[in-house]
Amino acid sequence: MSADMTDKTDKTDKTDTGPAGLVGVSTEPGAKKPDPILVADNIVRTFGGLTAVDVDHFEIQRGAITALIGPNGAGKTTFFNLLTGFDQPSSGTWSLDGRSLKGMAPFKVARLGMVRTFQLTKVLAKLSVLENMRLGATGQRGERFWAAPFKGLWGKQEAEITAKADDLLARFLLDAKREDFAGSLSGGQRKLLEMARSLMVDPELVMLDEPMAGVNPALKQSLLGHVKSLRDEGRTVLFVEHDMDMVRDISDWVIVMAQGKIVAEGTPGSVMADQRVIDAYLGAHHDTDLSELDEEKLEAEVEAEIAQEEGSK
Amino acid sequence: MDILEILRTALQQALGPQAIVFALLAIGLNVHFGYTGLLNFGQAGFALVSAYGLAVTVVTFGAPFWLGLIVAMIAPLVLAVILGLPTLRLRADYLAIVTIAAAEILRFVAGAVETKDVFGGSNGLSGFAGPFQAANPYSKGVDLGIVAFRRDDLWSLTVGWALVAVCCVLVWALMRSPWGRVLRSIREDEDAVRSLGKNVFAYKMQALALGGLLGGLGGLFLALKQASVVPTNYATLMTFYAFAALLLGGAARVLGPVIGAILFWFLIAGLGSFFRQSAGADGWIPTVIMTDTQASLIRYIVLGLAIILLMIFRPQGIFGDRREIAIDER
Repeated sequence: MSADMTDKTDKTDKTDTGPAGLVGVSTEPGAKKPDPILVADNIVRTFGGLTAVDVDHFEIQRGAITALIGPNGAGKTTFFNLLTGFDQPSSGTWSLDGRSLKGMAPFKVARLGMVRTFQLTKVLAKLSVLENMRLGATGQRGERFWAAPFKGLWGKQEAEITAKADDLLARFLLDAKREDFAGSLSGGQRKLLEMARSLMVDPELVMLDEPMAGVNPALKQSLLGHVKSLRDEGRTVLFVEHDMDMVRDISDWVIVMAQGKIVAEGTPGSVMADQRVIDAYLGAHHDTDLSELDEEKLEAEVEAEIAQEEGSK
Repeated sequence: MDILEILRTALQQALGPQAIVFALLAIGLNVHFGYTGLLNFGQAGFALVSAYGLAVTVVTFGAPFWLGLIVAMIAPLVLAVILGLPTLRLRADYLAIVTIAAAEILRFVAGAVETKDVFGGSNGLSGFAGPFQAANPYSKGVDLGIVAFRRDDLWSLTVGWALVAVCCVLVWALMRSPWGRVLRSIREDEDAVRSLGKNVFAYKMQALALGGLLGGLGGLFLALKQASVVPTNYATLMTFYAFAALLLGGAARVLGPVIGAILFWFLIAGLGSFFRQSAGADGWIPTVIMTDTQASLIRYIVLGLAIILLMIFRPQGIFGDRREIAIDER
């Protein structure tokens, strides 16, 4: 826990000065970044009369962890779907590394190195955990029809893929579940598997849709570590999350969406102090300074009180 | 009641050409439905184009037999592309509707008066299987004691079961590969597969074509065995029998459809023989309860009931893996 504490203080310093690469970036919605990997312009998606997404300009910084937050129904997941090709916008352009993704099929977007996970996890229930992982590997010779019947053509590559999968499974604490059907995993484990599987693709940009939903606190800590290590490996992370502890903990930059529009962005510290963000999403009583240690202390106090009351009865 | 006679009839059918035809059809459906999750209700259509591919090429156009065989192999692939292009991008149920409609259209076109010159109308075509019969190396039939097969049947069975074996090996080799893994993943969740950079549409098309080709081989074998093609053979019932065989044996298992087809015809023939002996004037079931005509049909009711019970108590079929079914998906 102490390591975690120092980590947290580091972050607080960071948010005050601005993370490397994002120093001095304007905090206006749709701000320009020094080295954007993903740029989107005028993305509009309407469902009938309802405008679900209406984003004028959107950039995310290469090599940084960007959080996308906002109230339920703000259009975050729809925006994710649009960017990854799972849904087509009514208008707009967007590009990855300067390469336009407009109208591109989802699988091609993924091949370019932009891989997503889903809010409602999509594990392949009747395949083993290991098979789920192996599926993620790209450029598999054995996935071509004519090569498939001949194991000699793909057996060696399969062994390499398996080694890589085992390595990732161990990192995500799923190695014990290796041979189990993915459908037998718990909700939190499915989140882990989906994230681990997306890493089999070796993505440049990882897009995580609520990676922490339903994950227990201990696992959450290790997941946070995984996300940070992605950044250390030079990958870019964009994630949607309602868990403000996580957002504060690991993100270098926060973008706030409400009613389909980007309403604010900035470092975690500045965004969470923004009155508009508090009004639209966080709520007036959110306490930015309440660290986990304080929470634990508070909990202990409450428990002690209850025990005392019960004892006096 | 002659139990030996019932067993003889049942075995004759279970090992006979009918079982081979439906085993091949069901192996194809297994690729579609069992592994990829594609709901093809028009497998009879694939069998039809293959059978007519041979017959029309040889009889109507007078081309050589080998060319007819090539056409018979290409025809189901072409049908798969035509059906797949518009529907594989849509939800699974669209494919089901389109395939069943296409199979019926094909059957009506083949049997129509207007196309009699090409397809031979409702009488179909015959006189194309000469080279197949001529290749028969057997000099006489075989008598295994309980079942006996004539010389020409023995030849059909040899070719047929060899074909089934080759198809099973092919399916086994494909499904253990990463290619097969992609298909099974598509069955589970298409979007997950897309998100990992796989061209789902292309894989579904390959699966549809492969399964269609296997079904086509079933139709081709039927045509060769009967030495004729008749449109009524390729009705929707053919597809549903093949599905029954698949579910009986167990989907997503290499041998499931084969065992299923054998069992299906064993039961159909066995039950038929049983009720034929039981009903009527000299049977133990009084005619008040069941007449002769009813006795020949009751087997379908019994079989239907058996499949319903199977789906309730053993949904994975005889060969399926209980664990795969037991998992609550969402």
